[in-house]
Amino acid sequence: MAIASIKVSETPLVLYTLRCADDALILGHRLSEWCGHAPMLEEDMALANMGLDLLGQARELYSYAAEVEGKGNDEDKFAYLRDVRQYRNLLLLEQPNGDFAHTMVRQFFYAVFADLYWRAMMKSRDATLAAVAAKSEKESAYHVRHSSEWIVRLGDGTEESHARAQGAIDDLWPFTGEMFQVDDSERALIDAGIAVDPATLHSQWLKTVLSVVGEATLVLPKSDWMQQGGRSGRHSEHLGHLLSELQSMQRTFPGATW
Amino acid sequence: MVTAVLNDDLRQRAWDAAAAVVDPEIPVLTIADLGVLRDVAINDGRVEVAITPTYSGCPAMNMIGLEIELALEREGFRNPKVRTVLSPAWTTDWMSDDGRRKLREYGIAPPLAGGSRRALFGIEQVACPQCGSGETEVLSEFGSTSCKALWRCKSCREPFDYFKCH
Repeated sequence: MAIASIKVSETPLVLYTLRCADDALILGHRLSEWCGHAPMLEEDMALANMGLDLLGQARELYSYAAEVEGKGNDEDKFAYLRDVRQYRNLLLLEQPNGDFAHTMVRQFFYAVFADLYWRAMMKSRDATLAAVAAKSEKESAYHVRHSSEWIVRLGDGTEESHARAQGAIDDLWPFTGEMFQVDDSERALIDAGIAVDPATLHSQWLKTVLSVVGEATLVLPKSDWMQQGGRSGRHSEHLGHLLSELQSMQRTFPGATW
Repeated sequence: MVTAVLNDDLRQRAWDAAAAVVDPEIPVLTIADLGVLRDVAINDGRVEVAITPTYSGCPAMNMIGLEIELALEREGFRNPKVRTVLSPAWTTDWMSDDGRRKLREYGIAPPLAGGSRRALFGIEQVACPQCGSGETEVLSEFGSTSCKALWRCKSCREPFDYFKCH
């Protein structure tokens, strides 16, 4: 690697904005990995489109984080020149695509959450975050609808698709708890009316998830043990591999443009 | 006073030049039709244009920014500036009636009015831009660009793009 990682001054608002941006970038990148590989053409376009929505959200959030930080960083530096431990995304979103069922269950768990989250963030006292949310909530509404339909189709489909969908739910469930956790840095922003308190969204999230999963003849695991660490930079082994691909060009040819 | 009139005149010329820029992916629509053009100001003789992004990930926005600069340069405005404003967030409700008509004539069903969650999730009755029939069905929620879904007319059997509510 020919270029060093940047330093980030993680004030609470910068950290918070980066967390939201990293969520969008990492899931968007995962979806982009499907491009040209999806089970059918319409789905290939759908996954790429959803990835593009997320990439767009990430760009706006990174630009805002750069503006708030005011240290000369920009959207590209945040994306390309931070190392694994500097990434703040949810562990759920860096999990590998696996089979189509894993991709859709991951999408579904997050989209239902993001949809509630952005809608709540539209009331943020921070005008930029509220504006990003106003756009993102419509996009996430489409993502919820698309992934919900797939959960039902897979769960209530063949024996094979049912087993795969249930397997994906069992595998990914322990990563859902992290979405609702809050640390001290974020707590202060919640109290100030800037950040969303995810705990207030949990019952609605669970209600929607249960209703779709039920319709799909699937079940949620009984275990409530939850994995965590992404928000503070402790990631699974998968993120490093993802970043090595995402960042390879800028790390090898610093500042390359075309 | 004279300066003010001159500025108004300049501003109008700059507005007209910027407003005529078309969406690179739907070239029948100008950015004024789309509601993307928000403001044109003259500050110390320099034109500053404010645009608002449509769909978060729409790659056409970079192109539109570049096209605006080129259009202004062609009109003789030196070193114009294009900035992006996020608030208030763009919605398909900002598309002009003229823009909706142009879209239909181009073969793309325009977005239903009221780009609210109700329109996103309610019963969508999209008329076929070819034959006008209301007997249509969605083929894919996600189409060739972020702003479009793929539909099919059950009367004339033609597939068509639908500009999604946002």
